[in-house]
Amino acid sequence: MISIQVQTAPFDSGQLTAAVHGGNLAVGAVVSFTGYVRDFNQQKQVHGMFLEHFPGMTEKSLEQIAHEARQRWPLQSVQILHRVGELEQGEPIVFVATASAHREDAFNACAFIMDYLKTRAPFWKKEQTAAGSHWVDGRASDQAAATRWQQDSKDSP
Amino acid sequence: MIKVLFFARYKEVLKQEQLQLQWQAQWQTLGDIRAHLVQQGGPWSVLEDPGIMCARNQDMCRLDTAVQDGDEVAFFPTVTGG
Repeated sequence: MISIQVQTAPFDSGQLTAAVHGGNLAVGAVVSFTGYVRDFNQQKQVHGMFLEHFPGMTEKSLEQIAHEARQRWPLQSVQILHRVGELEQGEPIVFVATASAHREDAFNACAFIMDYLKTRAPFWKKEQTAAGSHWVDGRASDQAAATRWQQDSKDSP
Repeated sequence: MIKVLFFARYKEVLKQEQLQLQWQAQWQTLGDIRAHLVQQGGPWSVLEDPGIMCARNQDMCRLDTAVQDGDEVAFFPTVTGG
């Protein structure tokens, strides 16, 4: 099962993680990742942020990433939730969870989804600081993280 | 006609989020559409950003991806979600 959500409202990662297990007794491992708004980035104090996205393409690209993960690893379920709009410091931005029979597949699939999401899903962060707001620059390290999955071994980066 | 969308910084600099272009027979790729826009000068130079990304009909693509009449294309800065 694949679940994709894009929403403005905050979320409870504990509840979401439990739902990804969903009482399925074939699931031996659920790995979840939650990303939060930090108070500091690129040498600036961050008060909050605005997340813009490309409605339609956002959902489509997240579904493609989830499908690709399911082709690479045996997964019982995948959940991707990304927030958009105004976010305060300390709030959760993104949630990814993968459920599998074994931990290694769940760990790898979750890392893969986050790496691909950061480089292939159409979201843009605008940070608010005391000096005003500015668009966050894309990072080469994020590109490198996604590139490691392009090597032929599916089990390890 | 071709629909062109802009996001984030590009949208702000260009002060518009979409436009329609009359199709031109010599266009072959998204790079040709970008070159046509950049040629207008002024704020359009924002599209010369080396980190530019693009999409054709809501699929991430490259500047050398083929484009055709009726497509919806989008230009945007390097994505920063997650």
